[in-house]
Amino acid sequence: MAVRDFIRERFFPHIWCPGCGHGTTLNALLHAFDELGLDPCSLVMVSGIGCSARISGYVNVHSMHTLHGRALAFATGIKLARQDLNVVVPMGDGDATAIGGNHFIHAARRNINLTAILMNNRIYGMTGGQYSPMSGAGTLATTAPYGNIDRDFDAVKLAEGAGATFVARSTTYHVKELCSLLKKAILHKGFSVVEVMTQCPTYFGRKNRLGDAADMLRHYRDHTAPLDSPRLGENPGLIPRGIFVNREEPEYCESYEAIIRRVKE
Amino acid sequence: MNGKECFVQGNEACVRGALYAGLKFFAGYPITPSTEMAELLSELLPRHGGHFVQMEDELASMCAVIGASVTGCKSMTATSGPGFSLMQEALGYAVMAEIPCVVASVQRGGPSTGLATRVAQGDVNQARWGTHGEHSIIALTASGIQDVFSITVEAFNMAETYRTPVILLFDEVVGHMREKLLLPVEGEVPVVSRLRTAVKQGVNYHPYLPREDGRLPMSDFGGVHRYNVTGLYHDIWGFPTEKPEEVEKLLYHLVEKIETRADEIARWREYFLDDAKLVFISYGSAARSVLHLVTTLRGKGIRAGLLELQTLWPFPANLVRSRTEQARHVYVVEMNMGQVCAQVRQAVPRPDDVFLINRVDGQLITPTDIGNVMRVVEGRGF
Amino acid sequence: MEKYRFLLSGSGGQGIITMAILLAEAAAIYEGLTAVQSQVYGPEARGGATRSDVIVSDSAILFPKVTQPGVLVALNQSSFMKYGNLVRPGGLLLTDSRMVHPGGGLDARHVALPLYETVMAEFGRAQALNICTLGALIGLTGVISPSSAEKVLEQRFPRAAESNARALRLGLELAAGRAA
Repeated sequence: MAVRDFIRERFFPHIWCPGCGHGTTLNALLHAFDELGLDPCSLVMVSGIGCSARISGYVNVHSMHTLHGRALAFATGIKLARQDLNVVVPMGDGDATAIGGNHFIHAARRNINLTAILMNNRIYGMTGGQYSPMSGAGTLATTAPYGNIDRDFDAVKLAEGAGATFVARSTTYHVKELCSLLKKAILHKGFSVVEVMTQCPTYFGRKNRLGDAADMLRHYRDHTAPLDSPRLGENPGLIPRGIFVNREEPEYCESYEAIIRRVKE
Repeated sequence: MNGKECFVQGNEACVRGALYAGLKFFAGYPITPSTEMAELLSELLPRHGGHFVQMEDELASMCAVIGASVTGCKSMTATSGPGFSLMQEALGYAVMAEIPCVVASVQRGGPSTGLATRVAQGDVNQARWGTHGEHSIIALTASGIQDVFSITVEAFNMAETYRTPVILLFDEVVGHMREKLLLPVEGEVPVVSRLRTAVKQGVNYHPYLPREDGRLPMSDFGGVHRYNVTGLYHDIWGFPTEKPEEVEKLLYHLVEKIETRADEIARWREYFLDDAKLVFISYGSAARSVLHLVTTLRGKGIRAGLLELQTLWPFPANLVRSRTEQARHVYVVEMNMGQVCAQVRQAVPRPDDVFLINRVDGQLITPTDIGNVMRVVEGRGF
Repeated sequence: MEKYRFLLSGSGGQGIITMAILLAEAAAIYEGLTAVQSQVYGPEARGGATRSDVIVSDSAILFPKVTQPGVLVALNQSSFMKYGNLVRPGGLLLTDSRMVHPGGGLDARHVALPLYETVMAEFGRAQALNICTLGALIGLTGVISPSSAEKVLEQRFPRAAESNARALRLGLELAAGRAA
């Protein structure tokens, strides 16, 4: 089927602002689904609340738009009950690391076969530009008019520390790379996390004088570098992209099925 | 009934009832006095080919239950006051998205951590209004182990019939007390299966377009129909809407599917009501003490009777009105500050004749407690 | 049949609640009687004073708690101190003769038996104290037949059937001749 068949055209145009990186993320995700040749009936997208969460409604799969931060908990129920389904969970940075931080680390710890896409725009966009746990100290937001004093998480390290068995990072500038990482994450057996640095020109960009969407994309180009690249080695200030963790460990649902087999004997 | 006999706690009777009704998924977080349900289901569900998961908290537990239910399996959780508070957010989601599920809350003393191991009935209004926004809910209870089993099966049946979360509001005494339970054989007690859509693949399925009888046939996630589920006001496709006419229609649907069927949903037991001048209304463990007293009073020739409510929400106002018509006085006996009593006063034509008899110190109200208050009101020494 | 109201108490870890369940289950399932068992939970899992109530009758039991026990079992001093004065006048108080030292003035028939010592002598550890006590309790009250207790023990703990049956018999023997 064509990429177009994966979208619900009747619900377009989408709600995202001009220049928002979420559409690019959606695009990469749709191509990932298509290139993997996935049956849309085998796909579930579960999202929380926020700009990012609206992504699930636009994709013509089984879609569930849930509560702020709790998408992974809903997804855990779906996956345990129907292990043959591919469950993808798009989340915002507030969704994943603030209100849903606990669900995030515990899903990672369980190593349940879900794909978490952390769309990190470093701001609460839907409520109008408040700082998130990913904004970082020194940034400006509508709730940090004097400069943010909250330090930020490194989502990759957080996921890694919590036990995720696939952890990657890319940006909306690097669309092909993003698509390829998403494919790997979906195929990975276990809990996978892909952090997507995605621009919010309307709030984060404007508040922090980062220019327009194109400027923010150029920033991703110039201030990130692939893991193990000479550029990264020479300039440790750059943000690394690529696959940070990729290992096999017992997957939660498979371990549970083993219990079922054992007790039924 | 001609099934197997066992001697079990209320919490276990609830588990047995749930499995009888076809439970396939449980997510929960340990909390006294409901923990035995989680422990037992962790052992029994895999044997039934079902799934148990201990989540990181009650917020997540309720969400996982809803997630499992959309794939087509009967799902539940169990908790008590503090955990029930955390579940309210996702409970509202299940109300809005019309996802069948069952929440057993075994009441202990509150507010806050309150009295972790002692009995109370203070969460009646929490069951009704704990989640935000206008809505309706079904809440059931029971006073004995056999009834816990039956009402649990009913809870699952109602969840499927009305596509709504159903709350089982037990209390610590009933949850922890042991009595004989006669397990019915399969098929003896009716079990309602999920109503699934007859719409074929390739034909438009409208997940939120009620049939003429108000019911909404479901399609499992993973099935041939792909649709959207959301906690936002939504249209017949399940897609968010803010159109006033769609918003209003959905809210009326959510409330009326339950409130207009209050008589159908009402479950109760009645004792000696035919000629009763003193009508006691009670529920849960408190009703046992009332029945003890009422039996004693009848032995003395006093015309007392008991209406034991098993459906708390939607409040069975018609039932209460009809059973108290000839009463001189109505006594509502509960272990809170009068949550059901307030409902009774609204339901009857003479609210001044309704009296609350309560106990809120973590101890089960005794027949003596009840008799003492009744004597003061009646102004007699019996 | 009169209602039997038992209050069983001791320290956490002595198996008081198990003993109560066994007694009530034997009555309900193997004697065709009505029985209700309940317990008071404290936050501590070991030590303290554990309490479990059992009511046995041939008619319906509504109020499930025991406020005035006809039979009080106390297996340690603190539970005796806590519940000793609840026993009904003319009721029965069963204690372990080593663990409990009651004062005078009790309006109840007091039977002190060397339950702990007997169990230690026989098994070398106190694990079966509750089963031995159950045997004594059955011997003293006749509330259920010993064979019902044996059946419930076999069903609940099939792997310890032999030692449990032995502990039960020890209790019955200790109580022999002491029944009212």
